[in-house]
Amino acid sequence: MAEKDKAKWSNFKLEVITPERVVVDEEIEGVIIPSTDGLLGILRNHAPFIGSLDIGVIKYVREGQHHYVACNMGVFEMSGNVLRVLPDTAERGERIDVDRAKQAEQRAQKRLQQKRQEIDALRAELALKRALARLKAARAVGTK
Amino acid sequence: MAEHIRDIKRRIRSIKSTEQITKAMEMVAAARLRRAQERVEGARPYSCEIDNLIKRLAGSFSDITHPLFLPRERHNVGYAVFTSDMGLCGAFNAHVIQRAEAEIAQEEDAGVIIVGRKGRDYFRRRNYNLMAEFLDIGDEPMVDQAQGIARTLVELYKGNIVDEVNLVFTEFISTGRQHPVVVKLLPLSAPLSEDEEEQDEEQFLDYIIEPSPQGVLEMLLPRFIEAEIFRAILEAKASEFAARMISMGSATENAGEMIDQLTLLSNKIRQAAITKEIAEIVGGAEALKG
Repeated sequence: MAEKDKAKWSNFKLEVITPERVVVDEEIEGVIIPSTDGLLGILRNHAPFIGSLDIGVIKYVREGQHHYVACNMGVFEMSGNVLRVLPDTAERGERIDVDRAKQAEQRAQKRLQQKRQEIDALRAELALKRALARLKAARAVGTK
Repeated sequence: MAEHIRDIKRRIRSIKSTEQITKAMEMVAAARLRRAQERVEGARPYSCEIDNLIKRLAGSFSDITHPLFLPRERHNVGYAVFTSDMGLCGAFNAHVIQRAEAEIAQEEDAGVIIVGRKGRDYFRRRNYNLMAEFLDIGDEPMVDQAQGIARTLVELYKGNIVDEVNLVFTEFISTGRQHPVVVKLLPLSAPLSEDEEEQDEEQFLDYIIEPSPQGVLEMLLPRFIEAEIFRAILEAKASEFAARMISMGSATENAGEMIDQLTLLSNKIRQAAITKEIAEIVGGAEALKG
């Protein structure tokens, strides 16, 4: 099968590992990951790379299908056609509870508006960012 | 005699209810143990990969340094001891405390950072230098609990209050085997010296690093420390459940044995009473005939 060969040719490995468990361990065709310096697209045979991961959504393509994983900060490394992502937390889009993410977003918004102390504001901002990332990942799955 | 039987019956009843409790605790511990074991295994890949990554980073950029890597003269040594909040788990806490005490005895000056109520009570009673305590870890430890402990330990180290930090926890090997270990956490052992054996191509790839090697290292190190502490918590938890399961299992067994013995005794007494009564009746009838 020509198509299968082609898929094999362009595959590389994506691993998303959090302190609690392995979230993704798959052969994929391409991925866009949120680095702290902006979104970064990675395909097979990318040069060895170590970067820091931002809060956001990892979007990857496997067998032509799009998949989404909301992730928290961390690091990632590409070498030998293995992309290893080590975020603090990660959740597959389809596993995310949209209602809960929405509540978290509203909570963070409210806290931001009150704005008491610097540290509090920073924490609320991060929480908001996380909630938005989770919402984005969850909704992306819904719409396909 | 009848009085005596009633006493024994009462004892049997009381042991039976104890048996039920120990049996239930054994089963709960067994279920929790399975979960805890899975979590220990789930956490392994992360700490393994983050360790590898630090090694590769340090291998590719030998000029990076970090205060957490620099060894100091050891004046005051910190020991973080991982115990349980709850008892009824055999010698689990005794073993890990004993190990910690043996280590502390060798130091001139030592401080204790304690996790778990049992250890806190022990070390406080003996007037050790308690630097921090973390209670109520719960049955399913979370990463942010490890983060809290990590922050405290790093602060103690950075503030020159301790010059070395060691973790003392119970390593989970199997349900029947757990043993206390001491792992040095800070200063981090520099991975640079690991030359000859692992000089394969992979280790010294020409990495592109964003934003900078130092920046990535700043990201990696706290996470590495957290992962180590999280592992210690999870290992200790799994060991605690295993120890509880085993000790509650033997308690249940002992209760069963006691019940058997007491039942036998009570039957013997009952039989003796019946025999005596028959003998009396027969003796009475004989006397009437006579």
